[in-house]
Amino acid sequence: MSTYFLFAILLLGFVITFQIAKASEYVGILKGEKKNNESNNRINGFLMIVFLVLGLIGVYWCNELFRGKILGKSASDHGEKIDQMLYITIAITGVVFFITQILLFWFSFKYQYSEKRKGFYFPHNNKLEVIWTVVPAIALTVLVGFGLMYWFQITGEAPKNALQIEITGKQFGWIYRYPGKDGVFGNKYYKNISDAENNPLGLIWEDEKTHDDIVVSQTMYAIVKQPLKLIINSRDVIHDVGLAHFRMKMDAVPGTPTTMWFTPLYTTDEMKKSTGNPDFEYEISCDQMCGRGHYTMKGIIKIVSAEEFILWKAKQISNYAMVMKDKLPAAPAADSVKTTAVNMPAKLVASK
Amino acid sequence: MMSTDLTIHGPGEAVVSHDTHNGDHEAHHHKETFITKYVFSQDHKMICKQFLITGMVWAILGGLMSVLFRLQLGYPDSTFPFLEDILGKWAKGGKIQPEAYYALVTMHGTVLVFFVLTGGLSGTFANFLIPLQIGARDMASPFLNMLSYWFFWMASVVMLTSLFIETGPASGGWTVYPPLSALGDSNLGSKGGMDFWIAAMSLFVISSLLGGLNYITTILNMRTKGMSMTRLPLTIWALFFTAILGVLSFPVLLSGLILLLFDRHAGTSFYLSDIFIAATQKALPNEGGSPILFQHLFWFLGHPEVYIIILPAMGLVSEVMAINSRKPIFGYMAMIGSLFAITILAFLVWAHHMFVTGLNPFLGSVFVLLTLLIAVPSAIKVFNWITTLWRGNIRLTPAMLFAIGFVSMFISGGLTGVFLGNSTLDIHLHDTYFIIAHFHIVMGVSAFMGMFCGVYHWFPKMYGRYMNNTMSYIHFWVTFAGAYLIFWPMHYEGLAGMPRRYVEYQGWASFNQFGDLNRFISTVAMVVFAVQLMFVFNFFYSIFKGRKVTTKNPWQANTLEWTTPIRPGHGNWPGEIPEVHRWAYDYGKDGKDFILQTEPLGADEQHH
Repeated sequence: MSTYFLFAILLLGFVITFQIAKASEYVGILKGEKKNNESNNRINGFLMIVFLVLGLIGVYWCNELFRGKILGKSASDHGEKIDQMLYITIAITGVVFFITQILLFWFSFKYQYSEKRKGFYFPHNNKLEVIWTVVPAIALTVLVGFGLMYWFQITGEAPKNALQIEITGKQFGWIYRYPGKDGVFGNKYYKNISDAENNPLGLIWEDEKTHDDIVVSQTMYAIVKQPLKLIINSRDVIHDVGLAHFRMKMDAVPGTPTTMWFTPLYTTDEMKKSTGNPDFEYEISCDQMCGRGHYTMKGIIKIVSAEEFILWKAKQISNYAMVMKDKLPAAPAADSVKTTAVNMPAKLVASK
Repeated sequence: MMSTDLTIHGPGEAVVSHDTHNGDHEAHHHKETFITKYVFSQDHKMICKQFLITGMVWAILGGLMSVLFRLQLGYPDSTFPFLEDILGKWAKGGKIQPEAYYALVTMHGTVLVFFVLTGGLSGTFANFLIPLQIGARDMASPFLNMLSYWFFWMASVVMLTSLFIETGPASGGWTVYPPLSALGDSNLGSKGGMDFWIAAMSLFVISSLLGGLNYITTILNMRTKGMSMTRLPLTIWALFFTAILGVLSFPVLLSGLILLLFDRHAGTSFYLSDIFIAATQKALPNEGGSPILFQHLFWFLGHPEVYIIILPAMGLVSEVMAINSRKPIFGYMAMIGSLFAITILAFLVWAHHMFVTGLNPFLGSVFVLLTLLIAVPSAIKVFNWITTLWRGNIRLTPAMLFAIGFVSMFISGGLTGVFLGNSTLDIHLHDTYFIIAHFHIVMGVSAFMGMFCGVYHWFPKMYGRYMNNTMSYIHFWVTFAGAYLIFWPMHYEGLAGMPRRYVEYQGWASFNQFGDLNRFISTVAMVVFAVQLMFVFNFFYSIFKGRKVTTKNPWQANTLEWTTPIRPGHGNWPGEIPEVHRWAYDYGKDGKDFILQTEPLGADEQHH
């Protein structure tokens, strides 16, 4: 009901505006075209200045309102560089923004039509044009310089001691794989994928290197202050590993693995304290349109201390072990299967 | 569709044109029926109106789609029973379903980018202004020109039909990235809807090519005597470069789409590899393809496309700004040079859409450099516009207000492009609301500002009447302020990493803090949309009831279209086509307010 009421009000507003508009046109004709144009000019010229002033206040106010909501300090070393780059860019573009917008509206107001003034015949001026070709070129060179410096640092090779985790996107969730004690990921083939048989990544069981690989979903564990390298895969369509707090992002492309690395600076617990939010989590958001559940495709990264990580990993059972357990629930021979994950000593974790 | 009031036999001068026409356009004036005059017309002015009105219909539909999905974004907890009345199963219980949401955003993007801001903008003003401003009776091939519209019309029909099929229209985003768009099992909209999408876009590409080739040929070959390239108004230069961009880049999109069609139906693996579909629990046989290939092909059009949208707006704004400042456009040659530079660079920056696809970082760095280079010609244009205002004698007509609004929007949106073009920042900002804010401001709103500027300015030439001023001013201020209110705060959401194309954010601790802001944005969006309806009303009302134009040259402009009769017939000029003696921007020269291009140079007069 209220919707129809709303439409009725809208329609009424239209009719009223239209009547006023029509009436003012008649008034305009009565006043004479010249007078009418002059008054329109005055009103709109004045509105230009009003808009400029209100706009500048609005920009300030908007900033006050939202700057506390944009995720706070970066939680990764790369993110700090990105934030730095952001500040440099805001500074340079901010200056240009204010100068050009103020001139634009000020000129529109100041040089509005007057019978006394004539437009100044000023078709070109080489000096001016050279200035505003060269100055932006220099400013942009600075931005490109800083940008590429950070870019190559961020996209460069991951350090050797990086903790490697494979992350695979699917409709609509994330799967993580850790290499077992051998420190290498076993081979996989997408045609082996079977959710029913608990092989979500299609690991090849004939390859013994897969036997100790740990496969989990929902929550990924990683170690604070140790570089983290993600090897990114997709099982179906393109997804994207979006890590807003770490300021990182990389597509998950089916058939073409991609990588990303960074060093988390704070544990989840530390972030809970520093943000004052007891429910704080590092969230993985899918940032590439991937179908109907795109907006629900959430993962969690728990950044923990090295000790906690070792304890957590020790509790995990390898994918292979779980599959074998499912397959042979009653078989007495189950013991003969190498359940490597169970006997995982802490010191084997993460090639530190 | 059009009213009989549009008759060209209206006011005095047009009648004269029929009595005095001479040899070279006699042929055009065989008996015109309703069909040849309003439907299958070969008159560029009528084709322009067909493009414009079709574009307006699409703009209303596309805008309405955005209102619907903003309703979902702004009020995620509410239900709107009337939505179920219009959308049926797509809004079960008055709540837009995720599939419907994605169909709406996909169609909103497709419709606005291609059907409104390419077809509607270029189609309208290239058709209208090229013959009139270069001094030609019509396009090089009026027949191809007519076909160009009717292919556009067919594309529109196919796209519109796709909205009504059972599995819904395409819903993988307007960029239709495979594998999502290639596999019906992965996405409801990738079933029949995607085939309709491909068919409609193919027809659209044909329309765009027929039009573009015609525009280029006409501009190069059919200028009137004395109209050298450097005497052309900037509108024509802008439309010329736009047509070149379209002709060189649209075929690449078409080829990409044909490969996509093969992948969908012929079992090829151009874009597909290593795919396991959870919905059917099946691994696909395709191996060895790369979805990234599609992105290269798509963005090789996709990026020039944004310049196809913005260049005509730049041209219109340059022209209107000079006329209403009563002084020449500042730096005419620099304006052409920067248009040229933008055109060249437009082809060399496409991979900046792909910084986070796993692209080789070195390749990425090359694209950073080339992308940020575009800021230089853009900056030149902005400074030249501002200097054109300086010491002018500015008439703040509705068209002029939109021109100023365009520059303001272009600055705001252009500067955020400097953020996104820098790959380092793009890592964080990619696919967030920051990019939504950026491209809506710099190409969506700006291009609309340019389009409105053009419509208000040339409406008297199109229909021989004026639009209502009061409604025009309200239209401008609400649109302009509203656009900033909608898109400015979105930058902050983007800085927080809030991803685009999410139906709702309640499940996310990181992004849920913007609920109030989303509601605010949605509300403003609805107000702005309502005001656009008022514009549409003003437009159609004024066609029939607007104040009549009584002089040939109501804006005291220099260009050739204002030397034609108030309601020009097919062939534009009764008698000889006028000869041109000077550039288009002699405003305020030697104490004269304006000097028509047709006026010969005085004995001791300096060329500009």
